[in-house]
Amino acid sequence: MQKIWLIIKREFLTRVRKKSFLLLTLLIPLFFAGIIIIPVVIAVKGEDHKRVAVIDESGLFAGQLPDEKGLYFKPLAQVDIDTFKRNYSEYGYAGVLYIPDIDINRPSGIEYYSKGQASIMLESNLNRQVNNIIEKKRMELAGIDRQKLEDVRSDIRIDFRSGDDEKQGSSTVAYAVGYASGFIVYIILMVFGMSVMRGVMEEKVNRIAEVMISSVKPFQLMMGKIVGIAGVGLLQFLIWIVLLVSLQMLLPLFLSPDSIQAIGQNGMMAQNANNAAMMDAMEKVNFVVGSVNWTLIISCFIFYFLGGYLFYSALFAAVGSLVNEDPSDVQSLTFPITLPIIVGIMIMIAAVQNPNSPLAVWGSIIPFTSPMVMMARLPYGVPGTVAYWELGLSIILLVAGFLFTTWVAGKIYRTGILLYGKKITLKEALKWVVK
Amino acid sequence: MNLLEVRHLKKYYATHKAVDDISFDIPKGSIFGLLGPNGAGKTTLLRMITGIFYPDEGEIRFDGRPFDVQKDIHAIGYMPEERGLYKKMKVGDQVLYLAQLKGLHEKEAREKVRHWFNKFEISGWWNKKVEELSKGMQQKVQFISTILHNPALLILDEPFSGLDPLNANLIKQEIFDLSRSGTTIIFSTHRMEQVEEICDRIVLVNKGHKLLDGEVHAIKQTFKEHLFRVGVGVMPNFAQMATHHFTIVKQEDHAYTVKLNEDSSTNDLLLHFIRQDIPVTYFEEILPTINEIFITQVQKTADYAKDMADH
Repeated sequence: MQKIWLIIKREFLTRVRKKSFLLLTLLIPLFFAGIIIIPVVIAVKGEDHKRVAVIDESGLFAGQLPDEKGLYFKPLAQVDIDTFKRNYSEYGYAGVLYIPDIDINRPSGIEYYSKGQASIMLESNLNRQVNNIIEKKRMELAGIDRQKLEDVRSDIRIDFRSGDDEKQGSSTVAYAVGYASGFIVYIILMVFGMSVMRGVMEEKVNRIAEVMISSVKPFQLMMGKIVGIAGVGLLQFLIWIVLLVSLQMLLPLFLSPDSIQAIGQNGMMAQNANNAAMMDAMEKVNFVVGSVNWTLIISCFIFYFLGGYLFYSALFAAVGSLVNEDPSDVQSLTFPITLPIIVGIMIMIAAVQNPNSPLAVWGSIIPFTSPMVMMARLPYGVPGTVAYWELGLSIILLVAGFLFTTWVAGKIYRTGILLYGKKITLKEALKWVVK
Repeated sequence: MNLLEVRHLKKYYATHKAVDDISFDIPKGSIFGLLGPNGAGKTTLLRMITGIFYPDEGEIRFDGRPFDVQKDIHAIGYMPEERGLYKKMKVGDQVLYLAQLKGLHEKEAREKVRHWFNKFEISGWWNKKVEELSKGMQQKVQFISTILHNPALLILDEPFSGLDPLNANLIKQEIFDLSRSGTTIIFSTHRMEQVEEICDRIVLVNKGHKLLDGEVHAIKQTFKEHLFRVGVGVMPNFAQMATHHFTIVKQEDHAYTVKLNEDSSTNDLLLHFIRQDIPVTYFEEILPTINEIFITQVQKTADYAKDMADH
């Protein structure tokens, strides 16, 4: 036990002490945040201050097109469209909306001229506005009271409640949480599994393996590495969770320095407004937080992350022990292991949309895919979507599964780590297991 | 008293018999040479002695008891032929780590590493990464990490390969010092001149079998061919050298290599020279080198195997 602890310590410390560890730990969340934030920023910033000239020959649209955020309509009279559509940019317009003298019942020939292809946002915006105005005119002509129509319109949302305790839930939240956690498990399996494999390969290629094996048992060496790297992963998560929590606490302070000043200077008024906005936001957050059983999700996440990691990393270690100096072996040898992981992520993507399909149910029970697929199904609720027996069976099978893969891997590893100069096929390696 | 007794050791692989019924003893405090051509089964043998492999059959007795891997592994230091260290690890940490895996406590290990680093004048390397060291330097580090825990049995597989003469000498002196202080050393190599210089006893293996074992000088006696070299002051004529006591193997400038015939003694030989009045300037027995014995013995088994295959 003393020795395996030493090995775990070394594996853990050599990785954590690297500069790249801290860098990666900080960069990965930034990267993901970037993926989410950048498109939003671009979408918001992209449409700034477009002036659109409107040449309306029908007279239907006069003063009807309301300016929107970043989009201004400028009606122009007595302008010839044929000349103006050539030189509108000289007057500082982004484009020209041309409405010919149309029949309200059969409108056609409305055109928009711009230099480049109009953006999707602008296109849908113009279409919506023009249609709105035409609808309004038609209603007037048909004698329909607009107010009445508004009253008739229905805009309610069904309250979705699940389980005996009639818990309020949202499939959107379940979808997002399921997808995110399933995907994170997938990344963990790949990244940390590969890390274990590279570590084993390094030991074999560096020939330190034989020195080590003359001091410790091969199984201790393998498990020490697996557990040490698991520790690195857990530490990384811990850092992320601390970052996330502190960010959540600090974010309001950074986001609205004005409002904080306002509280100090203007007193109650601003504070009230601020509070109202905060209350609204809090309510939304509470709904999201409340619609998912977080204790269950987090404890299951840790279980499936560790279980899946142990299940696959042992196999990755076995493969690492088979690789000789030739790095092209890696490709062919890792394929049988990465394949079920990739199948798992595919089933996960399907399961998060349809958590009760037989594919999803069995995918969440069989240990090859369960770490990913079960995480996709769990946010939909236990026992509503995932029956207790399914969860229980899945957990038991995963534990049995990683005990089994560790046993198999131990057998392969023991022989493989000391075998040099010979290309080993998986078939041969499996013979060592049976022997 | 034998530190290690190997009895009928067997290890078979699917395709060949790596070690096939090998027995030998290693007396405490001796320097023991394990010789054999490539693929003779030396590494497999060593791996069984170090507890890396279990033998299929046979027994290893360590210090008079059956070999117990868990306990005795701490009493063994093994430096494999293919050296290995963690490339990215600091030299000091690395040696410390390996010593702790051999059961030393951290404090004790740290003191010993300091001691040996000072002795080998490499204290400045403590914070260097292994990959920054040259191959010879790495070898020194590896050697220290092998002997740090004062093993009762030290196993060195080709310890001098890759070392410059200066460092090879340093390691050689260290081996002698350790031997003098009671460490038993197994020395595996195919560099025969080193064997004669260093080893007290040898065992020669080939194709999984033991060809011979014993003390180095006894083996030389066993395989001697009664060859003698006689230096002469004046070259005699042909007739003067005719005798039934010996036959001339080689004639050189002012020297003869002769083979003493059976039933004749060295004094008969000398008497012949004296009677013929040929001035003898020196006289010595030519013993076979371990290298020659090695080659003939390995050749013999190869021929034998070939004969068996032919028939």
